[in-house]
Amino acid sequence: MDEILEILEKDGRASVEDIARMLKKKPSVIKQIIQKYEKDGVILGYKANINKEIVKEAGSEVRALIEVNITPQKDVGFDRIAERIYSFPEVTSCYLISGTYDLLLIVEGKDLQTVARFVSQKLACSEHVRGTATHFLLKKYKEDGIILKHTDDEDKRITISY
Amino acid sequence: MTKKYVSKKVEAMQPSGIRAFFDLVLGMKDVISLGVGEPDFVTPWQIREAGIYSLEQGFTSYTSNKGLYKLRLGLHQFLKKHRGLEYCPDEEMLITVGVSEGLDLAIRAIVNPGDKIIIPTPCYVSYAPVVDLAGGIPVVVDTSKDCCRLTPRTLERALDAKTKAIILNYPSNPTGVAYTRKELLALHAVMQKHGILCISDETYADLTYDFDHTYFATLPGAREHTIYLDGFSKSYAMTGWRVGFACGPRDIIAAMTKIHQYTIMCVPITSQMAACEALITGRKSVEEMKREYRRRRQFIIGRLNEIGLDCVMPEGAFYAFPSIKKTGLPSMVFSQKLLQTQKVAVVPGTAFGVSGEGYVRMSYASSLANLKEAMNRIEVFLASIRK
Repeated sequence: MDEILEILEKDGRASVEDIARMLKKKPSVIKQIIQKYEKDGVILGYKANINKEIVKEAGSEVRALIEVNITPQKDVGFDRIAERIYSFPEVTSCYLISGTYDLLLIVEGKDLQTVARFVSQKLACSEHVRGTATHFLLKKYKEDGIILKHTDDEDKRITISY
Repeated sequence: MTKKYVSKKVEAMQPSGIRAFFDLVLGMKDVISLGVGEPDFVTPWQIREAGIYSLEQGFTSYTSNKGLYKLRLGLHQFLKKHRGLEYCPDEEMLITVGVSEGLDLAIRAIVNPGDKIIIPTPCYVSYAPVVDLAGGIPVVVDTSKDCCRLTPRTLERALDAKTKAIILNYPSNPTGVAYTRKELLALHAVMQKHGILCISDETYADLTYDFDHTYFATLPGAREHTIYLDGFSKSYAMTGWRVGFACGPRDIIAAMTKIHQYTIMCVPITSQMAACEALITGRKSVEEMKREYRRRRQFIIGRLNEIGLDCVMPEGAFYAFPSIKKTGLPSMVFSQKLLQTQKVAVVPGTAFGVSGEGYVRMSYASSLANLKEAMNRIEVFLASIRK
């Protein structure tokens, strides 16, 4: 992966000037490359990683992993039915997986009932959906490489050494 | 009162000014420190886990003096495959408590009273004291006029009939200087001509950014005259585990092992077990850390030159060694003032020998956020002393 992407993946707020210094390139060059990534859809957006576990009003949010069995369609396979499913705003992630099930969804709702209603009224009764298995998430430990534990990042090294 | 019992040699050792400065830094809170001589990464988890697992399995005993056979064999294979070096794990290899012990052993194993050891400076702090303690004569060579690079000419001039060896450290702590193969060939030619031994401290070898590191012992004809010292501290972020190794001709390794067995016995087994894991699965982490250091290096050197501190691009390690001569301040005064007014800690160049006067060492083994803030503060500091 290009180093610009590596830097931005770690810190979406890294400035063009700092990236230019780090890679010994002109800021204008870096800016151009980033713009191209944005235009080509390589960079889809920038966002903060929020630990929702400690945001009070969002704390009541419920998440579920849902395995979905679907009947693939001629020519388009799983794609069309996947699109119909991931277009629901409740679905925050959608993956095609190997194994017993076909799709793995992550669904968010404000409470248990909301998620249950979504599954029974929207998902399970969709055409081509043959079955679902819902797993409610109890605790998040790590997500997208980030450990969801507040650490003080204390430097354990002695302040000065040879 | 009890001071009278301390040996005169030891009494004379530590330059007191530096000690006082270190104490000043350690006593201060909320300092951004660019004074740390070790990686800011934690040892990769799988390596830590291997250490923990070995404890769970009950590996709590001594190992053979030379080090765990498993580790020496692993090293043998690793060096052969990745570094073009071939050392017999039984007779040409010794696991040491970091490179520090390896260096001490090497010196003690070769020095007769009055033997001279060449030490290009600025250099790591232990070289001269270790030679001195062993009864040798440290011949301190000032390289500051050649951008802190040892040239064949300077080396030639420093040699005489009593010279036994040179301690060559590259990439260098504190300067970040690394030598190309061509430069090393030229230096080796001088050493060969005079029949001197090279103690090569290559502990930062994995952190060479602009060209491939040439291991000294791979130069034609050099192997029999080289004590190669290296370790796990810098490459794998394992400083606190204290694992290093020494490779060299069997007579010298045997001599070093003799001292090691009476003084150290062996390296802690937990650390050796973790080091075995590092050799097998650690390379990916090494590459990741190296890329991160490289980016920080470019950032800090870019900023230093922007704010008016001249600094050449260091080829390796994780240190910048900018000149502060423009400020007109001695290194120690510069460092003290910077600490007191802006709470940024750096190490005065004089800690690494008198030839370090006019320089300070800044470690970029620190997060980019820290480096950014430190550079901004130094910029403010420079403006304040110009007034």
